[in-house]
Amino acid sequence: MHPIIQITDVNKVYASGFKALDNINLAIKPAEVFALLGPNGAGKTTLISAICGIVNATSGQITVAGKDIVYDYRHTRRLIGLVPQELTTDAFETVWTTVSFSRGLFGKKPNPAFIEKTLRSLSLWDKKDSKMIELSGGMKRRVMIAKALSHEPAILFLDEPTAGVDVELRKDMWELVRQLRNDGVTIILTTHYIEEAEEIADRIGVIKNGQLILVEDKVALMNQLGKKQLILDLKDPLTDIPSDLADFNLQIQNEGMQLIYSYDTTKEHTGISALLQHLSAASIGFKDIKTDQSSLEDIFVSLVKEST
Amino acid sequence: MNRYAVAAIYKFEMARTKRTIFQSIISPVISTSLYFVVFGSAIGSRITEIDGVSYGAFIVPGLIMLSLLTQSISNASFGIYFPKFTGTIYELLSAPVSSFEVLLGYVGAAATKSIILALIILATAHFFVPLEIAHPFWMLFFLVMTAITFSLFGFIIGIWADNFEKLQVIPLIVITPLVFLGGTFYSVSMLPPFWQTVTQFNPVFYLISGFRWSFYEVADVSLVTSFFVMSGFLAFCLLAVTWIFKSGYQIKR
Repeated sequence: MHPIIQITDVNKVYASGFKALDNINLAIKPAEVFALLGPNGAGKTTLISAICGIVNATSGQITVAGKDIVYDYRHTRRLIGLVPQELTTDAFETVWTTVSFSRGLFGKKPNPAFIEKTLRSLSLWDKKDSKMIELSGGMKRRVMIAKALSHEPAILFLDEPTAGVDVELRKDMWELVRQLRNDGVTIILTTHYIEEAEEIADRIGVIKNGQLILVEDKVALMNQLGKKQLILDLKDPLTDIPSDLADFNLQIQNEGMQLIYSYDTTKEHTGISALLQHLSAASIGFKDIKTDQSSLEDIFVSLVKEST
Repeated sequence: MNRYAVAAIYKFEMARTKRTIFQSIISPVISTSLYFVVFGSAIGSRITEIDGVSYGAFIVPGLIMLSLLTQSISNASFGIYFPKFTGTIYELLSAPVSSFEVLLGYVGAAATKSIILALIILATAHFFVPLEIAHPFWMLFFLVMTAITFSLFGFIIGIWADNFEKLQVIPLIVITPLVFLGGTFYSVSMLPPFWQTVTQFNPVFYLISGFRWSFYEVADVSLVTSFFVMSGFLAFCLLAVTWIFKSGYQIKR
């Protein structure tokens, strides 16, 4: 399958000399949800801005649907909708006017029925005649999404879409992203909320200091890097690991009251049965038993630390 | 041509005029009417006529030019500066529109607004002085060309400005003095020889002279000279805008 976005050897050096993008190579598949993670100032927004034409890349090439974004900008930009990080709105315009303006700007014939459908899907219909200045932050964020969807794009960029929005709206947005993906829209989102990427992304990219340090399928990434732990709450405190248990990867925590066993979920034998037998033989009793798997957040933190 | 984008920008800008009708239309009309009263009546009683034209009627083309120039610059500069200020310019930069289409939308709307204003002032002038337009075609030609040229100039100022002070500085300290010293209220032949020479370097002088000729066939310089000076300034503005869009100056990072 041909990528819908192909980024090849892209660099961006600002006039100040700051290198925001360092030899980025990335292919985005059609109709996938790609989450770009990275700490502040990593280059997430610069990368999005370069694809959308807001920032000129210093070198390299970006194609969208096989067309160069510089030479065929009319074709490529029609395919893209962008929800920026900042809530930049025309304060004195109404919701209807500003969304209709966006549709026209992207070369689409006026279509009040489609604008109505978009506003309704974002629970904005009853606010259509309200001025932007009268709306709450969450509502403004919805309008930004409506503007980006107004010209029926095939690719949607969401730059920190749920920053500063409440839990309900965040879940609504996740649902919207799923719907759009089901409709065949490719979605690229940047986020600080790892939970968000874990919830809705198909693939994850991690960017740091302008370098793409990892691109991986989310499930595969979690399987590869995700450690699982068996946590045993002991009846009596343990000071040392008995020599019979030395072959197991065990740790003592919580003042000797917890025994932690780390294991690999991808292996055929996890070693849990053997461990439990050895514990019984060593007369180490436990009150409770539970398992814990490292989250995407743990993986992200460890990746970013490793690359430092 | 992305005609829907041009129409969207044009309509958006025209809608802004509707919202700010006091600032965009009513206020300039009142100010110009005051000029008619103060200069036309008070000074007109001392200077009866210039080159065979009553003083009140003589200043009408100059006053229309004053409003046309200042409003063209103000409309276009504010039109493009405001999206930069609020950040909504991201949408324009990421849209499938060419520089020419952006210009057509913003400059077209700014020029339309100032032409409407100029025509309202022209109609208002009828209440104060008897008017005749000897060459209506040339009058409209100068009106439209000046509106387009100075809207382009305003667009450049709007791109260049990175704060509200810069937005105002060129209109206030350059354009207004040029208009006042360009023969709005007098014929250049009334000035001492030194100032007559200085006036030759003022481009606005040629616009007012040409515009006045279309009314009364009275001019300080020939129509051809006025035409070429205006065309030269238009060409300069077009070149500057082309460079701005190519380089991304003050627009793209």
